[in-house]
Amino acid sequence: MSSQDIPEEKLPAEPGAAHGAVKVADEDNPFADPGLPPHEHRIQDIDERAAKRSERTVALLFTVSMLATLGFIASYVWIPNDKSIYIWPLGHISAMNFALGLTLGVALFCIGAGAVHWARTLMSDAELADERHPIEASPEVRAKVHADFKQGAKESAIGRRPLIRNTLLGALTLVPFSGLFLLRDLGPLPHEKLRHTMWAKGKRLVNMNTNQPLRPEDISTGSLTFAKPDGLEEEGNEEYQTEIAKAALMIVRLQPDNIKDKRELEWSHQGIVAYSKICTHVGCPISLYEQQTHHVLCPCHQSTFDLSDGARVIFGPAGHALPQLRIGVDSEGYLQALGDFEEPVGPAFWERG
Amino acid sequence: MKKLSARRRHPLAAVVVLLLALAATGGLYTAFAPASKAKADESAQSLTIEEGKKLYEVGCASCHGAGGQGTTDGPSLVGVGAAAVDFQVGTGRMPAQQPGAQVPRKKVIYTQAEIDQLAAYIASLGAGPSVPTKAQYSPEGADIAKGGELWRTNCAQCHNFTGKGGALTHGKFAPNLEGVQPKHIYEAMQTGPQNMPSFPDTVMPEKAKKDIIGYLNAVNSDQTKNPGGLELGGLGPVSEGLFAWIFGLGALVVVAVWVAARTAKAKKS
Amino acid sequence: MSTTASNPTRSRGKAPAGEKLADWADGRLGIYSLAKANMRKIFPDHWSFMLGEVCLYSFLIIILTGVYLTLFFHPSMNEVVYHGSYVPLQGQLMSEAFNSTLHISFEVRGGLLIRQIHHWAALVFLAGMFVHMMRVFFTGAFRKPREVNWLFGFLLFVLGMFTGFTGYSLPDDLLSGTGVRFMEGAILSVPIIGTYISFFLFGGEFPGHDFVARFYSIHILLLPGIMLGLVVGHLILVFYHKHTQFAGPGKTNNNVVGMPLLPVYMAKAGGFFFLVFGVIAVIAAIAQINPIWAIGPYRPDQVSTGAQPDWYMGMAEGLIRAMPGWEVNFWGHTLVLGVFIPLVLFGVVLIAIAVYPFIEAWVTGDKREHHILDRPRNAPTRTAFGAAWIAWYFVLLVGGGNDLWATHFHLSINAITWFVRIAFFAVPVLTFIVTKRICLGLQRRDRDKVLHGRESGIIKRLPHGEFIEVHEPLSQEQLYTLTAHHQYEPVEIGPTVDENGVERKVKGTEKLRAKLSRAYYGEGNQIAKPTVEEYKEITSGHGHH
Repeated sequence: MSSQDIPEEKLPAEPGAAHGAVKVADEDNPFADPGLPPHEHRIQDIDERAAKRSERTVALLFTVSMLATLGFIASYVWIPNDKSIYIWPLGHISAMNFALGLTLGVALFCIGAGAVHWARTLMSDAELADERHPIEASPEVRAKVHADFKQGAKESAIGRRPLIRNTLLGALTLVPFSGLFLLRDLGPLPHEKLRHTMWAKGKRLVNMNTNQPLRPEDISTGSLTFAKPDGLEEEGNEEYQTEIAKAALMIVRLQPDNIKDKRELEWSHQGIVAYSKICTHVGCPISLYEQQTHHVLCPCHQSTFDLSDGARVIFGPAGHALPQLRIGVDSEGYLQALGDFEEPVGPAFWERG
Repeated sequence: MKKLSARRRHPLAAVVVLLLALAATGGLYTAFAPASKAKADESAQSLTIEEGKKLYEVGCASCHGAGGQGTTDGPSLVGVGAAAVDFQVGTGRMPAQQPGAQVPRKKVIYTQAEIDQLAAYIASLGAGPSVPTKAQYSPEGADIAKGGELWRTNCAQCHNFTGKGGALTHGKFAPNLEGVQPKHIYEAMQTGPQNMPSFPDTVMPEKAKKDIIGYLNAVNSDQTKNPGGLELGGLGPVSEGLFAWIFGLGALVVVAVWVAARTAKAKKS
Repeated sequence: MSTTASNPTRSRGKAPAGEKLADWADGRLGIYSLAKANMRKIFPDHWSFMLGEVCLYSFLIIILTGVYLTLFFHPSMNEVVYHGSYVPLQGQLMSEAFNSTLHISFEVRGGLLIRQIHHWAALVFLAGMFVHMMRVFFTGAFRKPREVNWLFGFLLFVLGMFTGFTGYSLPDDLLSGTGVRFMEGAILSVPIIGTYISFFLFGGEFPGHDFVARFYSIHILLLPGIMLGLVVGHLILVFYHKHTQFAGPGKTNNNVVGMPLLPVYMAKAGGFFFLVFGVIAVIAAIAQINPIWAIGPYRPDQVSTGAQPDWYMGMAEGLIRAMPGWEVNFWGHTLVLGVFIPLVLFGVVLIAIAVYPFIEAWVTGDKREHHILDRPRNAPTRTAFGAAWIAWYFVLLVGGGNDLWATHFHLSINAITWFVRIAFFAVPVLTFIVTKRICLGLQRRDRDKVLHGRESGIIKRLPHGEFIEVHEPLSQEQLYTLTAHHQYEPVEIGPTVDENGVERKVKGTEKLRAKLSRAYYGEGNQIAKPTVEEYKEITSGHGHH
């Protein structure tokens, strides 16, 4: 026995007898197990009328279930699928959904209720005791198993021939790697993809609401506008979702005096600033712009950025400021990007730098 | 007099006195409290700026300054336009109970005619968005599907998928838009009240605003259909989870208790 | 070898058809030996033993309704234009997955009902597993021989969470898509391999074209397959070990008292399946869940406020919202602690409750089988730990819904976030302390009840004027029940110096174990059971009771 084992006297005594037999109260031990209490009759056990009543109740429940199933079928056939009815307090609900659900629910519930009522009132409720046997095998069985195993192992000769054992281990360990390699084509390697968006020098800022390029005079102080790069169309473009997931832009206008960060001011155009709409925490579109505080809040996990101060994080779980897109005006007076974002947009990752 | 003094000792005397006092207080209050009804003015409205100025000086100047230029308690109203006044006063937000970032809507205390006068006065201080026409804000003719798309791009992040409202920072919130008049929704988009940004026509054209109103009318009115049953507030998985725990698991536990309970015994032991 | 099947004692009439069928099956499958062991197997009766059945039956309901849904759902991210009956989405571009879910909800008769039953059953399934797991925890039913079963159950809980997550992300709606984006951002935060895992899972950049189809096969095949195997193993063990039972007259560690499978439990448990199904169906008839038509199709540049996952992922949501935004940049790399730490903690919170039974087994060193359940008060340290864990979990749930708490209770969302940050550490400790005190108090009450009897509320005036309250002595059944529990004594390190003066080295683990054992079972950490001697002394007529 190691010192970790607990000596027998520290363990409490085993309670009770081996079988569930009724024990006579022990004068010496008032805490002794008095055994199973005698069975008390239910009214259905002694009164046949009560039993008959129970039987009728059970039968009624099963009958209601049958009727409910018929109701289900009738609802399915006769209720138009687009019919809406007003039921207080549920509101304007689908008649079909309500009828089908209720009838199905009642049909199922009544089967269960009938079965349970039957068990509770009519089936014998005498408590019986069954023996438990220890889960672990007896010492004889244990010894035989160990002996058999030793015999089998000896006959396999694996103990005497370690070369077989070692190369077997090697082969079995190696073969799953082929499965691992099969997973390689699940997707491309990241390379530099996360560092680039569709934005580039000269790309106009297109209003999400109108699909038209924006001019500086369209944006007033206190307004909120969302933009995408010129040329990114949704119709028929399989890559639209993936592109907009990085290129989505949020545009607000501040009074230039209110912009505290120097670089932000440089990259703005007359106080119009363009920031990535994708939160640097885990990628939700942020966009809750509070025009009086100039704070923008992400609805997902409440990261808050100060758009008057380089969009730095002022509260919440985001780790770094929103990337700003450097903008200017092109020869025709439309807002344009002066390059791509100078850092990866969206959530941070290991290789971000 | 004997009878009255005899009744003074009655156990219910205190209750009677209390009821009388309450009735008196309530009655006096009703008599002296400011009028609350906003009557519809059918005659041609006399939008005199002078009337508006008088109303302004009584009800608004203490926070917004004598000439609308603003004080520490309230911003300048020069250039906010008639639409802003119609919205703020028409939804009861103004006069505000106290200065602050969040000004919730409450009971409207001016009649529409008075609101129009105030609006005319403020509009005279500086050009700003005007009150929209019925053609502009009526949901009729709106492209509801387009409105939904616009809503999800521009509005849902503050106001929720169907306009049930949401939290902003430091106790502020974007309110639930159920029951809000189409005109006021239009004006809110136009003017950007309090911390809500504005969506002027240059970035959100008239038709787009109408589409959004049409969408809201379809998904957040008392006529909106919720085919699956109780809407549970339209707030998503949090209320659904609460419902599943309390009523789903709760009902099942009650049923389980019934299944496992002992049936009534024939004799009382 | 075979003998003829004829029974020489039956002289006239045919055997009933059922018997003939059973005989036929036995000849091929050997079912009679299985039937012999199990047909009249005894199961004890207690409502809390049915919580596992709530899980089992809701799982079955999910599978049944799920199969139906797979007949109509299209797990594809190809974009189509909507031409169905829901007006606010007419002409909108959406994925086929979203489109087919709308079709199920509006055009397939009964489709909305089955969708709602499926989703409500999933919420009930996870809730049931949580409550069932805690019932097993608080009654110590995880002790030998049931440790493996505990692990099976825990795995079912975790796999259930992910099955649910992949499931509700299938319709590709704006709410669940936001959740998938969160998951992708969390994967990106994993150092070194994060971007690779993300690109492999999504087939490239987010959202790509693959994740719905991949989540689909995970949701309908991989995870349910594993879960089905675990459920079968879980049930086999319950049958084989026989169910545990609470202490009571006639119940010992070597028997199981209750009613037989045939007919009582077939009726009660079988009936309970229909009851569970019925309740969930009625809920699906009256309460709307996941109205994706109102939520809209997923677009990575759109989002709604009040964006939460289904309740069972709320714990992760709380972690990610409360964590401060720590980010470490060095040598061209970024360690996104603000996201990675919550990801790790998510595992830690779950593993904490999973390994507890093994820690307790190590501390007690008890290697015997346990089939009698503990009353929670009689295991104060375990109960306090469990309560602290639940409180910890609940604080995180509050954090996950912080914006809804803010709007509904007119609070500042920033204040709630700070509350969660502090409560994450403070609340479990406080809960532990308070719960342990409550358990000790209840143990004292039990002790008083045994020694002095039950307070009857009857006041008696004695001849010399004293007022006493009459205490009714407990029956022997009650005395037995209240004193049947085990009470361990703290493990001692024992002599460190033997008779020759040679010192043995005491391992660190041994010291730790002794310390923990004292914390569990030492003085002040449990109230000693009343002994027979104490009882006799008090009842032998001390004057008043």
